[in-house]
Amino acid sequence: MAVISAAGLARTFQTKRGPVEAVRGIDLTVREGEILGFLGPNGAGKTTTLRMLTTLLAPTGGAATVAGHDLAADPAGVRRACGYVAQSGGVDAQISVREELVTQGRLYRLTKPQAIDRAEALARDLGLTDLLDRKTSALSGGQRRRLDIAMALTHRPKVLFLDEPTTGLDPGSRADLWDLIRRLRDEHGTTVFLTTHYLDEADALSDRLVIVDKGVVVAEGTPTALKLQHGGSIDASLQDTFLAITGRGPAPADAAPVAV
Amino acid sequence: MLLHDTALIYGRYLRQSLRSRFALLFGVLMPLLYLLFFGPLLTGLPLGGRGSSWQVLVPGLLLQLGLFGASFAGFSIIIEKGQGVVERMRVTPVSRLALLLGRVLREATVFVFQAVLLVVAAVAMGLRAPLAGVLIGFGFVALLTVSLGSLSYALAMKVHTPQEFGPLINAMTMPSMLLSGLMLPMSLAPVWLDVLSHFMPFRYLVDAVRDAYVGSYATDHMLYGVLVALGFAALAVTVGTRVFRTAGA
Repeated sequence: MAVISAAGLARTFQTKRGPVEAVRGIDLTVREGEILGFLGPNGAGKTTTLRMLTTLLAPTGGAATVAGHDLAADPAGVRRACGYVAQSGGVDAQISVREELVTQGRLYRLTKPQAIDRAEALARDLGLTDLLDRKTSALSGGQRRRLDIAMALTHRPKVLFLDEPTTGLDPGSRADLWDLIRRLRDEHGTTVFLTTHYLDEADALSDRLVIVDKGVVVAEGTPTALKLQHGGSIDASLQDTFLAITGRGPAPADAAPVAV
Repeated sequence: MLLHDTALIYGRYLRQSLRSRFALLFGVLMPLLYLLFFGPLLTGLPLGGRGSSWQVLVPGLLLQLGLFGASFAGFSIIIEKGQGVVERMRVTPVSRLALLLGRVLREATVFVFQAVLLVVAAVAMGLRAPLAGVLIGFGFVALLTVSLGSLSYALAMKVHTPQEFGPLINAMTMPSMLLSGLMLPMSLAPVWLDVLSHFMPFRYLVDAVRDAYVGSYATDHMLYGVLVALGFAALAVTVGTRVFRTAGA
């Protein structure tokens, strides 16, 4: 069953130098309980798409539903059903981990006792228990990321959007985060929609990939299928596959067309 | 829900203010300096109003406190945008209006607190004014900070950097202060300046508070002051709400 479906989702920004079509028309479906890797070069429209699907930005064209709620008609329903971790995270450096988690729970309309319990449960789940009374500025990069995700999970959302969740993390923290994402899906059935520039991450984590370029979907399928179709064989690296799809590979020395 | 959410946001930002005691007191420094080093210059001068020079100056300083303080309130949201806090809150079901009102009520609380400190200092310097008048003065400070806070937050949602925001606010606050007669009453002004100052909404507020400080409550100044303060607040909160409802910031 599709938990996210988008048809022709588009966003044009009006700038002083004329309109900029950041997203030209995204069609995609995400099945319930799926981990979807949303890839594309810088500027392809990944974050803009994410911001539309999480109600932060109104689309200028097309339509989408998230967890059964229409983006345009029922943004409040979408907000209740999904969690979002932006690239920049989103916690105040001067506030303690506990206070941020409790306030977040209250923003999702939990009662105060519920919010306090939820904060402790999330902290247990994500290995933050010992850090609850620290200021968020005192956390390491990996701990910060786990807190950001805990914030987005406060209301046990059906869909979790992660925008480049492992950027800037050391290999150990990245591996921890991958485990966490898999565990979320396995234990809670959470659908995870994540963007990343790390192709090894996309390969290891995603059930399916959607590749966007210049604001439209240019390829989609399982990592294996994409490698076979665009990279030439299932042994192709996702890197080569990605470059073949987006046409951003190093230009060949002679420009003569090559039959594949 | 709006009430619940507003209380929640208000609590979060009030705790933020309480954590930075220094900032809490720092805001009162500029009007306090005027009180200490400018106020004594006026005691012997004919200011044209009733009552002592303190009853003319202190109302002006109260509104100056609100004007400069609340106009810069938006800085905090520019920082929060950078940290991602604003977007993180905007993806929750929290009422958009509460995101504005909670913050703006925090500003009003902080500036009324600072206004109380200023009045206490002024009493020590020689101010004598009726309690009811002083309380009315705090009411005007609260309304002014709600208005300017809303506009400041709305503007801050629209601009991208503090470098754009600061000069813009400075360019608006300085003429506002001078043209509203906050320091010296406009009754001293030549006709053209007096006429010009009637186009500045804060002029009506300061005239009303000056009346309140000499115990005249049923005056034209008071009527216009209340009407302008309420009208300005309604307009400012409407603009703020609009921006907070739609901003893709």
